[in-house]
Amino acid sequence: MAEAAKKEILLPSERKMSRKERRDYTLHEMKRNYMCYLMLAPFMIFFIIFTVIPVIMSLPIGFTDFDMASFPRWVGFQNFYTMFMDDDVFMKSIRTTLIFAIFTGPLSYVMSFMLAWLINELHQSLKTLFTLIFYAPSMAGNIYFVWQLIFSGDQYGYLNAFLMELGFTTSAMQWLTDGRLVLGCVIVVQLWVSMGAGFLAMRAGFQGIDKSMYEAGAIEGIKNRWQELLFITIPSMGPSLMFAAVMQIVSAFTVDIVGRTLAGFPSTDYQVHTIMTHAFDYGWVRYEMGYASAICFVLFIVMLVCNNLVGKMLGKYVD
Amino acid sequence: MAKKKNLKPSEIAAMQEQENAAALAALRKRREKEHQKMLRSKGSNKRVGKSWTNDIGIFLLLFFMGLFMIFPIYLAVVNSIKPVQEVFLMPPKLYAMDPTTDNFRDLFKIANNSWVPFSRNVFNSVFVTVAATVLHVLFASTAAFVLAKCRFPGNALLNQVVVIALLFNSTVLYIMQYMVMATLGMINTYSALILPIISTSMGLYLMRQSMSTIPDAMIEAAKVDGAGLMRICWGIVMPNCKPALMTIIIFEFQTAWNTNGGGLVYDEALKTIPVVVQQIAAAGMARQGAIAASAVVLMIPPLLVFVLAQRNVMETMAHAGMKD
Repeated sequence: MAEAAKKEILLPSERKMSRKERRDYTLHEMKRNYMCYLMLAPFMIFFIIFTVIPVIMSLPIGFTDFDMASFPRWVGFQNFYTMFMDDDVFMKSIRTTLIFAIFTGPLSYVMSFMLAWLINELHQSLKTLFTLIFYAPSMAGNIYFVWQLIFSGDQYGYLNAFLMELGFTTSAMQWLTDGRLVLGCVIVVQLWVSMGAGFLAMRAGFQGIDKSMYEAGAIEGIKNRWQELLFITIPSMGPSLMFAAVMQIVSAFTVDIVGRTLAGFPSTDYQVHTIMTHAFDYGWVRYEMGYASAICFVLFIVMLVCNNLVGKMLGKYVD
Repeated sequence: MAKKKNLKPSEIAAMQEQENAAALAALRKRREKEHQKMLRSKGSNKRVGKSWTNDIGIFLLLFFMGLFMIFPIYLAVVNSIKPVQEVFLMPPKLYAMDPTTDNFRDLFKIANNSWVPFSRNVFNSVFVTVAATVLHVLFASTAAFVLAKCRFPGNALLNQVVVIALLFNSTVLYIMQYMVMATLGMINTYSALILPIISTSMGLYLMRQSMSTIPDAMIEAAKVDGAGLMRICWGIVMPNCKPALMTIIIFEFQTAWNTNGGGLVYDEALKTIPVVVQQIAAAGMARQGAIAASAVVLMIPPLLVFVLAQRNVMETMAHAGMKD
């Protein structure tokens, strides 16, 4: 948006500018805005060294055969060919990832938004309490291990004990090892931990909305909470929605560790074997780093596409 | 009224003025009353569709969903205060019959008997967490302000890079980070623990998004008044982004607190609490209790920071008085 506005202003003169003139103009602009670069510098130095450079370095690894011991050997598109032509487990993992992505992506996104909104309607003191309750599962790093106690396959498992007490079943259910049940169980846990960064950012977005907007809205003839949500709240928290969307995309496509912890690795029939799990398998179990990177590269492209789609959808409200 | 006809024009005018003054006073009084009422009802001031039944409905819905969210955490806490013999009771109990602090005591006893004193690990954790949080919040907020509100060559590109870096996630990324660290000679130092946390772009992106909602007019006004960019960033924009600021403090604290150095640090003297606690939990005899206890211990500091930060977010009228 900022860029577009700049271009509009520049257009008449821009047409006349030669390449050299334009370069001079850019240099002049850079000098004029030196303060901006100074303020960016502290963060950008660390960001470039410890994030951007490793990212750039790891991009070409997907096109090589790399076992961490010897120097990477260039193999071109071989890894990608194998992935889509010869790897049945990968094909299955795409399906699993998509199932997870639907639940931890759009569903969890809408849920976070609704929850953040409902919490916002409460009284001040309750707001903090409920935000804490819904965010708590994401706060403690590996607290999802508790679900192992709940879903435990023997009679010591809480869920089994509960169901048997009530007489729903007579024998213990194998929640995490039965191929038909495990996916559902892990989805529940995944939803449970998914009220993370996106949810908190939405809460912050709600808190940042100017209260007088609602009063103005009431005068302008807004009748109920739905209209309020649609015409005031959503338009004024577009940027927070975009942030939450990015966070949700990342967490939806990189589902891995929860399933691996709960259902074991590899899981029964590869039921909770996601693309990320597959990359972990090849990277850290078989040390085929080249292939693992290729898998991650495909995932990255998919996430990038999703990000652009969401950006287009929210485009009205962002910037 | 009949009387009025006999009066002189000047007298009529005087009477009208009196009436007007009385009406004005009454109006003022009523406004004052309304204002008082609004002040008394604080956060939930008069808005459309507000009613008791609605509020109770929302509360009940959130309450039951909250139960689902909190139940596993409750289980973790209960398990951490159960004595060993109660962990394997049939059927499992939802409460501890004979609560004990044994699990915690064991945790700290083993921690104290290891190679380095536990106080050293505590120091490591506190130092790393505070340094990483403070530096990240300072650096990222300043950078976010520039990315959101200034026009300069390269702005659009940098904004893109920030988002793309968030999406990129690869198994080899970590190896490359290790290589960069090794080249700079930072393996097995505090830098290896702190710098990777500072250099993530999530906090920056959140701040950028939040700052982009601040009206440009506010910044222009400050510029006209002669404020420099730094001054505008910290004096005007930041106070208006308090919710986002508190959120990234929570994120960063949590990330830094849970960091285990991921292979970049192997010296016992540099290990943080999560590493030590995980080591103990993985090797302990009564594992369930020990794991639960370690999870509870690790959860307390982020929880405190969360509550403090949330309290600090007062729902200020962010852009009150600004008209775009």
